[in-house]
Amino acid sequence: MVSGTNGAPDAGPLPPGQASRPGPAGAGVRTRPPADLVGPRRRGDGIFRGLTLSAGIFVLAILVAIAVFLIAKSVPAIAQDKGNFFTTKTWDPDGSKVFGIAALAFGTVLSSVLALILTVPLALGVAIFIVEYAPKRIATFLGYAVDMLAAVPSVVYGLWAVYFLLKRMVPLQVFLADHFGWIPLFADPENRAGQFSQSVLAAALILGVMILPIIAAISREVISQVDPAQREGMLALGATHWEMVRMAVLPPSRPGIVGGIMLGLGRALGETIAIALVIGASFTISPHIMSSGNAIAANIAVKFAEAGSLGRNALIASGLVLFAITLVVNLTARAIIYRAGAVERSAAV
Amino acid sequence: MSATLTTSDAAVALRGRRLSPALLAGTIAAALVVTAVLFLLTPLGGRVGFLMVGALMVGAAVAAVSWRVEGRRKAVNRMVTVGTYISMVVALVPLVAVLGYTFVRGFKRLTPAFLTHSMANVGPLDAGGGIYHAIIGTLEEVLLATLLAVPIGLLVTIYITEYGRGQLASAIRFFIDVMTGIPSIVAGLFIFAFWVLALHRGFSGFAAALALAVLMLPVVVRSSEEMIRLVPSSLREASYALGVPKWRTILSIVLPTAATGITTGVMLAVARVTGETAPLLLTAGGNTFIHVNPFSGIQGALPLFVFDQTSRGIDAAVDRAWAAALTLIFIVMALYIAARLLTRRNALARR
Repeated sequence: MVSGTNGAPDAGPLPPGQASRPGPAGAGVRTRPPADLVGPRRRGDGIFRGLTLSAGIFVLAILVAIAVFLIAKSVPAIAQDKGNFFTTKTWDPDGSKVFGIAALAFGTVLSSVLALILTVPLALGVAIFIVEYAPKRIATFLGYAVDMLAAVPSVVYGLWAVYFLLKRMVPLQVFLADHFGWIPLFADPENRAGQFSQSVLAAALILGVMILPIIAAISREVISQVDPAQREGMLALGATHWEMVRMAVLPPSRPGIVGGIMLGLGRALGETIAIALVIGASFTISPHIMSSGNAIAANIAVKFAEAGSLGRNALIASGLVLFAITLVVNLTARAIIYRAGAVERSAAV
Repeated sequence: MSATLTTSDAAVALRGRRLSPALLAGTIAAALVVTAVLFLLTPLGGRVGFLMVGALMVGAAVAAVSWRVEGRRKAVNRMVTVGTYISMVVALVPLVAVLGYTFVRGFKRLTPAFLTHSMANVGPLDAGGGIYHAIIGTLEEVLLATLLAVPIGLLVTIYITEYGRGQLASAIRFFIDVMTGIPSIVAGLFIFAFWVLALHRGFSGFAAALALAVLMLPVVVRSSEEMIRLVPSSLREASYALGVPKWRTILSIVLPTAATGITTGVMLAVARVTGETAPLLLTAGGNTFIHVNPFSGIQGALPLFVFDQTSRGIDAAVDRAWAAALTLIFIVMALYIAARLLTRRNALARR
């Protein structure tokens, strides 16, 4: 277990003997010349401290560098854009030089918000079940199992969605289109519900599965940190288990849970490969989730290989927008979590 | 307390009337029978549909009977309890479905030859070929990323936990947390803009490793920070009392004590980046031939291979995609489970 550092602590540079026996006044009593002992020691500490500090600053520098390099490549691309970068729906940087992120950004937000709507109740149910209802031995195991959803690679979810999920979604799509077609979300003007096809709905389902472990893990963490005295007090007053959870556990956990949901949203917004495989590649703004859509990250993955020089810079510009959106979402999430004092520390997230 | 209340009247007076186990079981059975009859008589069908409708029927029936016998509050309680059980089951369905289906589809194609051959000279419509080149690429890229991210990550952690005071330390801590939320494709774009475009180094395994290291770094810092904070301060104080300087205390007392936990965190970080596809797409370039040198020339990787074969859409390619996906899952799950087992043996984390 001992890492590659040198030997035992007592083999240090410390001369044996009286040095370890300080006088009653501590530093005031000089038993030996301080330069002998303190000089080299301080230097070693200074060097090591400087090393760790520069590593810390290096990390901040990476964040700044990400922003700088993305901006540096985006600005010329946006300058050459013949359309308006923020309101154009088409994406044709290498041909007509008209491109914009309107449709992409809309699809990104639509699929992510849909994923949240599908996942949040489920993730909360899972978190409450694991902390409040499951027997302790099983609870740990179930926690690992849910975390494992986060360990499955994105590309495997994509493969699974394309060759397993899409065709099994057809009955659900037909059902939604038949009974809820009057809601624009489930309307099916292109008549695609009955066929095996890529759709925003499929993308949202996959996203939901991928962000479930994040939201569940953080909710679990904050729920389990609620003071047991609060729970016991509620139960002693005759509350049912659910009343105890609703009145004593959820209110103090709320900021942490909201932060966790925001982190999940951030992850959903930036998810790439699985979405690229299932969302399709349309450049329209439409509320019909059973039609194909698109997303910023997915578009980068799909278009990158065939893009020319301007095309690649344009993709970097779209990536900059994605970076900005996720940065805002993540900063908000972290600020909420920090203020709530519940710093989640699940390594799987 | 209940031991003193032997008569059922007293228990009812104190706790209210409760649903007897027999009535509960009867209600559940009745709900399932009704569901079955419903499925026989109406066009409803399918196993998944039966489970979904059945769960809803059981929940509704238990709630209704409980409302009648025990009152509204306990009925709501039972409904929510059933609801959390259902969410737990529903959450595990995709895990079982993904792992199970990948295993079934991938296993038949996962032969020794598949692991030891590359895609060299395999035509676009041919069956055959393998993932040897992709495994080499993934191993090299992830290894290089680990070699970059772990030392820097540990130094940052040591600064945050042992030296850092005040605003700079908390700023670094905060932005490390923010960094975990950087989309992997953005990390890829960054390395593409920086390494490939600005420095003209071209696509390579090393460029991929740089992108993966950006993603790994915050994960390593966060997990090792947690472990180092668990090291009892009495150990540090004992070392200081012996006159050992702080940097040697950190290197020979704190880090070895936290080593198991740090290893766990590193393994989880490795598991996470091993499955990353998006950054590799923009940095490694992808290669169907065996390319051993990670420092120049395009290189393949397992996730890239899965993505590429999935998009081809022909049966032979899809079979290869499943087999490669299964290999990837084996690698990631092995790392994940090993990390969890290590946690169990970690005396520090159990405190």
